[in-house]
Amino acid sequence: MNVLLDNFPEFRDGFIGTVSITAVSSVIALFLGVIIAGFRVSPVPPLRYFGTAWVTLMRNTPLTLLFLIFFFVVPEILFPGMSPFVLGSLALGFYTSSFVCEAVRSGINTVPLGQAEAARSIGMTFAQTLQIVVLPQATRTVIPPLSSIFIALTKNSAIAGAFSVAELFGWQKLMSDKGYDIVPVFIWVAIGYLVVTFTISGLFRLLERRMEVAR
Amino acid sequence: MSGVSVTKDAEGAAPAANDLVVLSNVNKHFGALHVLQDIDLTIARGEVVVVIGPSGSGKSTLCRTINRLETVDSGAISIDGKPLPQEGKELARLRADVGMVFQSFNLFAHKTVLENVMLGQVKVRKADKKAAEEKARTLLDRVGVGVQADKYPAQLSGGQQQRVAIARALAMDPKVMLFDEPTSALDPEMINEVLEVMQQLARDGMTMIVVTHEMGFARSAANRVVFMADGKIVEEATPDQFFSNPRSDRAKDFLSKILHH
Ligand SMILES: Nc1ncnc2c1ncn2[C@@H]1O[C@H](COP(=O)(O)OP(=O)(O)OP(=O)(O)O)[C@@H](O)[C@H]1O
Ligand SMILES: [Mg+2]
Repeated sequence: MNVLLDNFPEFRDGFIGTVSITAVSSVIALFLGVIIAGFRVSPVPPLRYFGTAWVTLMRNTPLTLLFLIFFFVVPEILFPGMSPFVLGSLALGFYTSSFVCEAVRSGINTVPLGQAEAARSIGMTFAQTLQIVVLPQATRTVIPPLSSIFIALTKNSAIAGAFSVAELFGWQKLMSDKGYDIVPVFIWVAIGYLVVTFTISGLFRLLERRMEVAR
Repeated sequence: MSGVSVTKDAEGAAPAANDLVVLSNVNKHFGALHVLQDIDLTIARGEVVVVIGPSGSGKSTLCRTINRLETVDSGAISIDGKPLPQEGKELARLRADVGMVFQSFNLFAHKTVLENVMLGQVKVRKADKKAAEEKARTLLDRVGVGVQADKYPAQLSGGQQQRVAIARALAMDPKVMLFDEPTSALDPEMINEVLEVMQQLARDGMTMIVVTHEMGFARSAANRVVFMADGKIVEEATPDQFFSNPRSDRAKDFLSKILHH
């Protein structure tokens, strides 16, 4: 009868799966992205090279290929026995971190150089300068692109479904295997994603407004 | 006009204990441009040195090499007997001892005036918040902007911002203060309020290196004028000697230009 009501527990699990993998890989992407952006503007050449290599590699590899590597190569040679959820979150988080890094880096570049020089001249270390003086002033410019990046991440999480991570797209596959009409299935999946992406853009708009009030 | 007392001791002599900043044979290039050429300069504790010279002569660069905001290609710089270390924690520690005041103030835009003056004390000197605040307020009062403590830099006039910047540098208890054209970005009516603060500092015995074209300040506060042109130190003299009787043609030429307008 109704594809959603009849299969609600599976749908709910799929939805929670999408939300979880989105949340976990967002955290990974944000954390790594900011760190790597720090590397890229660091005075230490090896860190800069590593940052550049990371971004080049992660940003230019098709996400599906990255997933394949994480699911079939990484467990073979590095960490056997990781759950598909962890592997998927890592692949998606690493991939997205390169985009976060570049957004943060361009935000850093909008902060006048004199700010960092003043910080260094009172004896702050590079990390302190970045953390206390530069990044807080970059945040405002970084928030709008970050919003798009995390929405893209949400949609990219669908690829994880193909690698047996329980998420919304996996539910779609299950339903079509069960022989349900494809159109309502897709509509429900789309609504599921919309809920997540709308929440993300809402959160970011809230953040943006709060920053505006703050100064 | 006898005894140019400012000429350095014999080259290679052991550095006097009283020498605070010593640059020896410093060279720096920006690409093909040789901005600093064989610079030798020694600043004694408590001395106030004014650096003067035409635009592009390398004054700012000289200033910035002293706290290693610019690296040098060759030569040595030492502060209080310690050579400038490589980039890293040790350099950061040394920079805290060298106050710097910029032409464009560079106050932390996202912090209040009070926070600007507290930040270095708390994060670099690891002072406790209360002591830092007390000291910050004292310093802000001293430079005459105590009532602005809770405003953001953008809400202050240029002269006020520059005085806050001086307070921010002083909060670190620096051994020496560098000023790079501290009044050049200011409207004329604000220049004096900043110069007065600097004059008071000089009277209090602070060691200062000041890039400025303010001759009034040089005459009243400086022990020595260093004239730079094309990346070289062309002349060193007392302010009186320099302004009334410059030796080099470059200096004569330069002074005639800044005096006649
Ligand atoms: N980061 C840089 N890269 C390349 N060239 C530079 C850089 N900074 C300064 N220069 C050049 O070095 C020369 C000296 O500059 P500097 O700022 O030290 O001069 P200045 O004496 O302070 O001049 P002004 O009175 O205009 O401030 C100038 O020709 C300038 O164009
Ligand atoms: Mg200059």
